[in-house]
Amino acid sequence: MESLYAIELRKITKTYGKEKQVAVDEVSFHVNKGELFGLIGPDGAGKTSIFRILTTLLLAEQGEAWVEGFEVRHEYREIRKIAGYMPGKFSLYPDLTVAENLNFFATVFDTTVAENYELIKDIYIQIEPFKDRRAGKLSGGMKQKLALCCALIHRPRVLFLDEPTTGVDPVSRKEFWEMLKKLKMQGITIIVSTPYMDEASLCDRIALIQYGKILSVDTAENMVKNYPEQLYAVKSNQMYLLLKSLRKYPEVLDCYAFGEYAHVAFKNAFEAAPLEAYLRKEGLSEIEMKAVEASIEDCFIKLLKS
Amino acid sequence: MKQFVNFVRKEFFHVMRDRKTLLILFGMPVAQILIFGFALTNEVKNSKLIVFDQAKDPASQELIAKIEASRYFEVERSVMNEQQMEAVFRQGEIKMAIVFPAGFNSGLLHEHHAQVQVIADASDPNTANMLSNYLSAIVMDYQSTRSKSLVLPYRIVPEVRMLYNPQLKGAPNFVPGVMALVLMLVCVMMTAISIVKEKETGTMEVLLVSPFKPILVIISKTVPYLILSLVNVASILLLSVFVLELPVNGSVLLLFGESVLFIITCLTVGIFISVKTDSQQVAMLISLMGMLLPTVLFSGFMFPIENMPYPLQLFSNVVPAKWFYIIVKSIMIKGLGFEAIWKETLILAGITVVLLVISLKSFKIRLS
Repeated sequence: MESLYAIELRKITKTYGKEKQVAVDEVSFHVNKGELFGLIGPDGAGKTSIFRILTTLLLAEQGEAWVEGFEVRHEYREIRKIAGYMPGKFSLYPDLTVAENLNFFATVFDTTVAENYELIKDIYIQIEPFKDRRAGKLSGGMKQKLALCCALIHRPRVLFLDEPTTGVDPVSRKEFWEMLKKLKMQGITIIVSTPYMDEASLCDRIALIQYGKILSVDTAENMVKNYPEQLYAVKSNQMYLLLKSLRKYPEVLDCYAFGEYAHVAFKNAFEAAPLEAYLRKEGLSEIEMKAVEASIEDCFIKLLKS
Repeated sequence: MKQFVNFVRKEFFHVMRDRKTLLILFGMPVAQILIFGFALTNEVKNSKLIVFDQAKDPASQELIAKIEASRYFEVERSVMNEQQMEAVFRQGEIKMAIVFPAGFNSGLLHEHHAQVQVIADASDPNTANMLSNYLSAIVMDYQSTRSKSLVLPYRIVPEVRMLYNPQLKGAPNFVPGVMALVLMLVCVMMTAISIVKEKETGTMEVLLVSPFKPILVIISKTVPYLILSLVNVASILLLSVFVLELPVNGSVLLLFGESVLFIITCLTVGIFISVKTDSQQVAMLISLMGMLLPTVLFSGFMFPIENMPYPLQLFSNVVPAKWFYIIVKSIMIKGLGFEAIWKETLILAGITVVLLVISLKSFKIRLS
């Protein structure tokens, strides 16, 4: 069956345990074919549950979902043939060597390493010098690359990557996203989950998720562009007092800590002088103010509050 | 098929690379046979005995010499009075004493009646019983040699013959038991742990999201343990033949065939435990408490089932090891053929089929 989308979810709900704790709450979104889609949210937001439902490892209580036109509940056999899955913990056999791991996963998918070598060549070439090393003895970044090779070895049509960059160093993270871009060019649909907001701009489209609910689905660019207010970053010598004072200031619409700055939105046009005078009166010094563009994280915070 | 072979090969890698576990797997049967064979034996040999001889006449001396000549007893020393005797018992090294009253010989000669007192340390009732029986037998024997000349009105002489195990060795009892125990350990515990390990490390997730049939994942994980167990059966048999001098009286082929059946029973139990548990520790605990304990208690290997209360006797029927124990004993010790054990084989096969159906039914194609 030919379908319009690579992945589609309609009102998927999943609860756990006797208390019916909601992990995924009426989630609906779709992923276009050949898209690099990011599912972004903090730990415990429900990302892994959604991945497991889509990879047919869990059954949703309500709602429907399709992967490449195959329904996840009944046509799980078909999905298991075309999906590549890399779980949160890089699931490899630590007592097998790099080459043995790869060969094993190739046979599990009824293919050979040689058959799809083209696809993994760029990645595999980086770990090839260590091919006789036990996978358990590899570094985090290497393990991640090997796990990706294993997930790709059967040339999947849809690639599910559950938090592939968690616990990986910044350089390896950057490399990893480069690899994903190349894979996308091969026509593979990729859905990635990550808790890192800064990775949002690397995806074609993203879905922000928290408490099992999808907050927004759009391109990262649009989300930022559609941020309703102008944001200002304010800094001083005392963060806590700064936040407290800002919240008391009548003109302030919203304010929250953002790294070493406080991000502030105002009700009306921003006037620097009265605010600075007010803050000085409150006993703050080293005051610094500047207009900033909203980031995905700002969008996320905004969506959470609304 | 190629997938399956490759999968099994991978399992062998796991088993072979875990050196410590491998050592335990192959060392365990050897150690158990040697320990049971030479250390943990309830056979009585050269038990120490003290003599309190108040008679010191030819008859008592003759009887003491006879006791000492037997392989069951070794006369440790003589004591002079009751206080000494009691002190020796309290020390605990001596399990038995024999007391001759004064005038033992003359009593025999003139009154045709004499007494000896046998005192045993019954804090271990089985040993005390056994030792006093042996001692009585020696006394009876002495009596009959002495009274040959006499003509008694009548007497009944029981001619006892110990079938299958004339020397009353312990090995025929424990070798089948150790076999059941080792197979249980290797197949149930190791299989359960190795499957649960895949769940724990998350590799099961990846395997499930593949075209490879989940049930084949499980079956291919059991193959190495099947082969390993057969190696263990062979090593136990070799040890029992060459070290314990206990030959296999029946067909070795039949013995291996029955072992394969029992191994499959154990593997299904292992699979069942692995389906129901999520961590290696829990799997291990359940295998040990749930399977090993009943095997030891209810197979008849350590405690005779006939002596148990009726409900426990009934329960013992569902312990697969009981039937395997009977089968191995029949083939190995009694040298019987299949016609003698088909009933037990059928019961064991029945249990296996039931377990197999249960574990396949409870097997999940998803995570939960």
